[in-house]
Formats: sequence, C-alpha cells, structure tokens
Amino acid sequence: MNRFAELLDRLGYEPGRNNKLRLLSAYFREVGDPDRGYALAALTGALSFKHAKPGLIRDLIAERTDPVLFGLSYDYVGDLSETVALMWPKTASSSNISSQAHHPPPQRSPTSGEGQGGGYRERDADDSTQSLHGHNKPPPPTLTEVVTTLRTLGKTELPKQLARWLDELDETGRWALLKLVTGAMRIGISARLAKTAAAALGPKDPHEIELLWPGLAPPYTDLFAWLEGKADKPVNRDPAPFRPVMLAHALEDTDFAAMNPADYIAEWKWDGIRVQAVSGRDPRGHIVARLFSRSGEDITGSFPDLLPSLHLPGALDGELLVMREGRVQSFNVLQQRLNRKTVSPKLTKEYPIHLRTYDLLGDGDEDLRSQPFAERRARLEDFVSRLDDPRIDLSPTIAFDSWDGLKAARADPHQAGAGEDADAVEGVMLKRRSALYVPGRPKGEWWKWKRDPHIIDAVLMYAQRGHGKRSSYYSDYTFGVWTNGDDGEQLVPVGKAYFGFTDEELLQIDRFVRRNTTEKFGPVRHVVHAPDQGLVLEVAFEGLQRSTRHKSGVAMRFPRISRLRWDKPPREADRLETLEKMLKNDDENKILVTSGRG
Amino acid sequence: MRQMRPQDILIRTPAGLCCKPGGFHIDPVRPVERALITHGHSDHARAGHGAVLATQETLDLMRLRYGDDFAATTQAIRYGEKIGLGDVTVAFHPAGHVLGSAQIAVTCKDTCIVASGDYKDAPDPTCAPFELVPCDVFITEATFGLPVFRHGDAMEQIRKLLTSVALFPERAHLVGAYSLGKAQRVIALLRLAGHDAPIYLHGAMEKITNYYQERGVALGELRPVRSMKKADLAGSIALAPPSATSDVWTRRFPDPVTAFASGWMRVRARARQGGIELPLVISDHADWDGLTTTIAATGAGEIWVTHGQEDALVHWCKTRGLAAWPLDLVGYGDEEETDVAAATEGGET
Repeated sequence: MNRFAELLDRLGYEPGRNNKLRLLSAYFREVGDPDRGYALAALTGALSFKHAKPGLIRDLIAERTDPVLFGLSYDYVGDLSETVALMWPKTASSSNISSQAHHPPPQRSPTSGEGQGGGYRERDADDSTQSLHGHNKPPPPTLTEVVTTLRTLGKTELPKQLARWLDELDETGRWALLKLVTGAMRIGISARLAKTAAAALGPKDPHEIELLWPGLAPPYTDLFAWLEGKADKPVNRDPAPFRPVMLAHALEDTDFAAMNPADYIAEWKWDGIRVQAVSGRDPRGHIVARLFSRSGEDITGSFPDLLPSLHLPGALDGELLVMREGRVQSFNVLQQRLNRKTVSPKLTKEYPIHLRTYDLLGDGDEDLRSQPFAERRARLEDFVSRLDDPRIDLSPTIAFDSWDGLKAARADPHQAGAGEDADAVEGVMLKRRSALYVPGRPKGEWWKWKRDPHIIDAVLMYAQRGHGKRSSYYSDYTFGVWTNGDDGEQLVPVGKAYFGFTDEELLQIDRFVRRNTTEKFGPVRHVVHAPDQGLVLEVAFEGLQRSTRHKSGVAMRFPRISRLRWDKPPREADRLETLEKMLKNDDENKILVTSGRG
Repeated sequence: MRQMRPQDILIRTPAGLCCKPGGFHIDPVRPVERALITHGHSDHARAGHGAVLATQETLDLMRLRYGDDFAATTQAIRYGEKIGLGDVTVAFHPAGHVLGSAQIAVTCKDTCIVASGDYKDAPDPTCAPFELVPCDVFITEATFGLPVFRHGDAMEQIRKLLTSVALFPERAHLVGAYSLGKAQRVIALLRLAGHDAPIYLHGAMEKITNYYQERGVALGELRPVRSMKKADLAGSIALAPPSATSDVWTRRFPDPVTAFASGWMRVRARARQGGIELPLVISDHADWDGLTTTIAATGAGEIWVTHGQEDALVHWCKTRGLAAWPLDLVGYGDEEETDVAAATEGGET
C-alpha cells in the first residue's frame, strides 16, 4: 500500500503526461501481481466497493484527537482525508527522552553528530521498548489486502478495520488509503493513460489493451503475463468491445496540391462528441449495447436514452448530438448532457440525444475495418435504414467536383446542404474512398478542414506564470478590449489564453512582461496597457457565449494567440461592441450561446 | 531569597525579548546596544547592533552576510560556557537548527529561562545535536505547531529524490532549499545516502556552503551552476534558493524537476501553490511531536510560545496543565522568504 501511495503522491504533483507515464510504467514493472493489477483497477475506476462516508472518518479521528487541535488543523489543511492522514496518532510511543536531561552536553564540533542518528529522540531508542520506526508494529497492509478486504467487509466492521490500517501505514499511505476508501482519488490520471503505461511493459500498442479490456477483470494477472511475454494474449469474449478509433489530420492549404477531388468523399464535421456505439449478443442471445468515447472510455451510463436504438449487432462510428424538433443543437446545448453522474428523465426529455453516424466498423459478426471507406459507407447506409430508428441517422455527404467547390460549401454550409443544422457544422471532413479503418492518425487518409476561427485584436493586460516546463515563463495571458466604462475609455478583460504562440514568441512576450510590469500580485503581473503603450495580441477563437461570470459579459471558446501585433498601438485594438454584435447575430438565429463560426 | 518572577527577567518589547537585569536583547529586530543572537538566519540575526554575543559560527555567518562591520563589537561564546551579564548568567546550548545555532539559558537567582530560538530534535549531520536544558520557563517557537506537521525521516525523502533522479536521468533535479542550513543538510544527507556525483549550487549559496566546508562539514564535490552547459546538467542535482527554482535561472537546466525541501511540503496545497513537482519534507524546525516532547521534557511549568502556529501549541500546553501563552513577537518567520526573493528578483535579467 505504501508503494502505491507513493505513486499516487508523485502523480498528483507531476504535470507532464510523458512523465506520468514513466512513473506509472516504473510502478507496473517494479511491483508484482496482484498488487499492480489492483493499482491498475484503482486508476481506471474499475474497483467497486461500498465507499466509506466522510462522517465515518470524522468519527474515527474524533475518538483519537483533541477537537480544538483537529479544528485548527483541518482549517489549515483544508482537506479531511489529508488532515486525518497527517494527524493520525502514532500507536507506538515514539520517544523516550526523559533520561536525556542528564546526559552531558554534546561536544562542540559540528561534525560530531553521528550522521543520521544524531537526534536525541532516536539515540535513546535502543534501550526503550519501542523505536521511532516501531519494530513491534505489524507490517502495513498491501494494496491487495485492502481491496480484497473492503470487497467483503460488512459495514459494521469497517471502522475497526480502517483504524487498524491507519495505525499501520505512514502519512502518505494513510492519505492514499482514505482517498481510496472514500472514492475520491482525483489525481488527474485518465483510464487511458494508466492502460498506456501498462502497455509500455511489452511494449504493446495500448489499442490492444483497449480491445481486450472489457473482457478483463482485476487484478489482470493474465494481462500482465501477456505484456511481459510470459503467456498468450487473453481472449476478449466481450460481445460489445471497443475498437480503437481512426482520427483525421488537420488540412493545410498546401496539402491540396497532392490531392485529387475524385479520390475523396466529403462530409460535414459536426460539433458534437465523437462516439462509438457497439451492440452484440451475449452467450444467451441478449443484446448488449455500449457507448464509448473516442479514447475507449465506457460512457454508456450517461446516455441510457440511446440504448434502445442500438438494437442491431454492429459497431457504429458517429457524432453524439442533441436534437430538438429535427434540428441539431449547438455544442453548448450538448454540454448539458456531459459529465453527468445521474441522468434524470427531465434531462433526457429536454436534451434528447441523437447519434449521427458516418462509419460502420462491424456488421453483425463481420469486421468491416479492412474494407475501403466507400464500401463501408454503402454498408452503413444499408445498416441505418435497417435500424430504422429516429435517434440514429446518416451524416450526409457533400457533393463537390473541385476544391473550390468544396471551399464554397465549407464557407456556407446552410446553402450547401446542411440547411437548418448549419450552425452545428464546424467544418468539413475529407475521407479517401480507398481508406481502410486504421487506428490512430494514418497520414493522408482522413482530413479535417475546420471553418476559419474568429479573430480579434486584444490588448495584453495581465500575465501569469505557467506550470511545469513553463514555470519560469509568463505564459498565461489575460487580454482585454476597449469599452466606454464609468471612467471613460477603458480595457475590459475578455479572455485568457496560454497557447497558440511559438517558443520564440513566448520568449518575446515573457521579456515584454518582465520589462513592462506595473504591479505584482503573487504569480500575477499587471502589464502596461494604455492607449499608446502595451502589446496587442491577435486572438483566434471558435465561439462566444454570454457569461455572467465575466465582467465583460462574454466568454470565448478555445481562445489562442494567433499573432503578436508589435506593429499595432493598443488604441487600435478591437472594442467590446464588436464581440457583442457577434452575440446578437447568434441571438437572432435563436441559438442559445454559440456564435456562427466562420 | 525571594524568587524572581520570570517577566522581571525577560520581557517583550518592540525590539524583541529584553532582559532588563542583564542589559541585553535576544534576537532583536531593531538595532540595540547589546544583542544575544541564537542563530544566523536573517530574521534572528540582524545588522546594526552595538555589541553582539553569539557562537563563533553565528558571528562568522553574520559577517558573511552583512560584512565586517555588522556590529560595533562582537564576542564569541562556546556551547556550555557561562557568562555573567549584569544580574544574570547566560549560557548557550546547541539548538540543532543550523550550524552554530543555540538556545540561550538566562539564569537569575533561582529562575532559569531558556529562549530556544529555532530548534529541532531530529538528527542533522551538519550541526551539533539539540541539547535538552531543564528550566522553569521554556520559550519555544511554533513554526510547525500543528499536529499535522510530522516531518518523518529525512533520509526517506532523500531516497525519494534519488529514486526520481534514477527514473529521469535526462532531466535535472532542482532542489529549492534555504541557503543557510537546509542546503548543506540536504547535501550531507545525499552523501550519506551514497550519492557521490558532483552537486551543483546556485551562486547565492556558494559562500555559506564554503563556510560549512571550512568548519569541517564534509559535503563532497560541489560545483557552481554557472558556466555549465545545459546538456551536461542532465541527471544532476542542483540546489538553489526557493524563489530561484521558478524563475528564468531554471532555463539553463534540461527539463528540470522542481523539488523543495521544507517542512511546509507536508501539506499538499502548499506544495501545489508553489508549483512544486517533488515535495521533500525536510525541516530544520521541530515538528509537532518534537515540540510537544521537548516542552514536556524540559520540565518547565511555564511555556512562552513565539512565532508560528501559537494557538494550537498553547492549547496543548494547557491541556497538560502547563501555564502557556503566546508572546506575539513580530518580525520572525520563514527565514529568507523575503531576502532570497529580493536577491533573485534583482538578478533576473
């Protein structure tokens, strides 16, 4: 348990994805079965036991500590599990110092301390019954012991068992145990990342683990045996497995030269959630249906209203959207359905879910991924018509015979066939007719050609230090536009951006920030922003929504720095009215919050 | 003979703790005629006093920091040596905090007050170990005066650092550490753990570290960071004042892992706030268990609590039937948070 705790502790502070992977892989390599398997289960959310309530933890600590000291400590630390982990009393008496008073004063030489053993608390430990590290203490529990015990433990036995473990573990171990038993891990690790780290043991392609995953169970000894080359690959008998998804490259203007329009099929790029809807029959002949995110996470539970529609065995690739009265709603509407723990009937009624499909990976037991896209598309059209379900439809193709023609369609989806749904279009997808369905991002097969972003010129107002690699750079920027406020012409912040610039530009902005700071507030610097003094940033963004949280009343979606306008004086930057006008256009289109992108 | 009341011996004044019958202040925060200094950290040892009495190491460290004329006159005192000042006798005893750090025992007639300054009861290979001095009144710090502060074994933290170095051999490990005491202790512990590669130092800690070596503290091969090529710092451990670990200075290191050796690192929110990736719980102050065990062991019936989390410690004393109150001295805190910040912000071009 202590080794697992150490891993969690370290992961919690590590900002970099690759470094997280290294830490995880090192753990899987170093720790044996079944502990590492239960760790993988904990990290992927695959463990289920009744969680301890915070009230139970409070009771345990209240029995053991002074309430005033607990109150002061909790106030200071701010997190219950952490407070309890840190102040849990040691069981063995850790010191025996009364005799020390009679010892002669130590010699003066600074090097006379006996290295690690110089402190008087430990020097006296020899002749006392208990040392600081407690020779008489039972060994701390393993992760396996904790997980397997928790699965079978009755509610009344939990407090005593928990207290016993807390006695045996160190500070970090106690913290991890409490996080685990209260079900509040939250250490910024996705299930996908944990599986990728396990795959590195092979090394194997993480997609392979995703394929196997639904058929596996903790502690995954068969999986690790295969990864380490000690056993055959486990067989996935899951009737509705995930298939690793194929992704598109962003299209640049220079790419067209090498492309022939006749080789491609074009579709609208929908602004929804990419999902894979899989149905199959279990051994008893019942339909099992699952919905996966593009990374393979099972999100079935969030969309129970779609399940009845998945009544034919097969694997569909498509976009999850909210549809009202035959019209696709904007992404901001769809957001109401995301990351919900419970899905109420009210929610499913007000935000009816819809699947717009664009590929078919399997039909019944037949795997279609090795067939060309044009063939799969024909099979998809047939499949969807057999499904005959109002919640599932086809993403239409766009007719075009030249790149200019497609460009025109992309500029005006409304006229080019998207009709009333045009506001949910965020660009065009190009798929090579001959493309097989290959996991990952194979070059030249699928392209996404997004609509042009909105652009405004804003003025840099505040800068904040970044994290991790960027901790020495002022890399997070708050920018504003002009408005006529109470004090006349003034800048009002409209957004924050921390990417879009090159490394060289980051150095330039960083230098500018350091030389033009007017005030410092902790990690934040106020940067000069006057009509004639300051830095104008060209900001690109995807959409705009009204916001009561921002003073300006607007919030941008996906803002990034697209250019540094050293040439432009701040007085010539954009005005808030320009942004408000974009919102107004949207309101007229009766869209809740997004802008008309493009 | 009537026993003196403790407050007749030592009393709080705006300049700090004042001993009227002895005619001196202890760790005064303003210039005074005669000052007794517990240790060399800048919040306790300030320049501009008339006469200064301290251990040789503390005097040397003040000279390194403030220059030769930091006081009109100085006098060195050995651990255990007794000196009469006015109506009182003073003696300095090891505080285990940093090199030269002392607790000051002030005895007047039959009453003994120990002003312990900053102290720790944990082992430290770079300074003399804390000595318990029985007394009637014990003046204790409370920097980590909450039961959540338990520093644990510093060697475990060093092991954590070395494990990380082994796992990320292409990155540099940048350890933030106060330049007096903590830096040298971290280096000494690294050596004890068997790490014998050169350790790199930020310019701001070279002088003090050299002084430790002159005093016989074995620290192995140390090199200045400046003049090193970035690629050559891969896999290395470098020490710097805390504020330098998040500034332009770090750009000379390959993809540095930012560590910080401090008792504050016990609390996750504190570590996150500072953008620390590898918190190392290594402190030169006593932790909660250290404070409470020491207080009990001095046999003092009266406890005066100075800087830090006074409330919790005063409360604890009262639950043990000890008279206790906060002294509310101002001007003491986490050493160097201010002076190091100033030093590096100035040099950030």
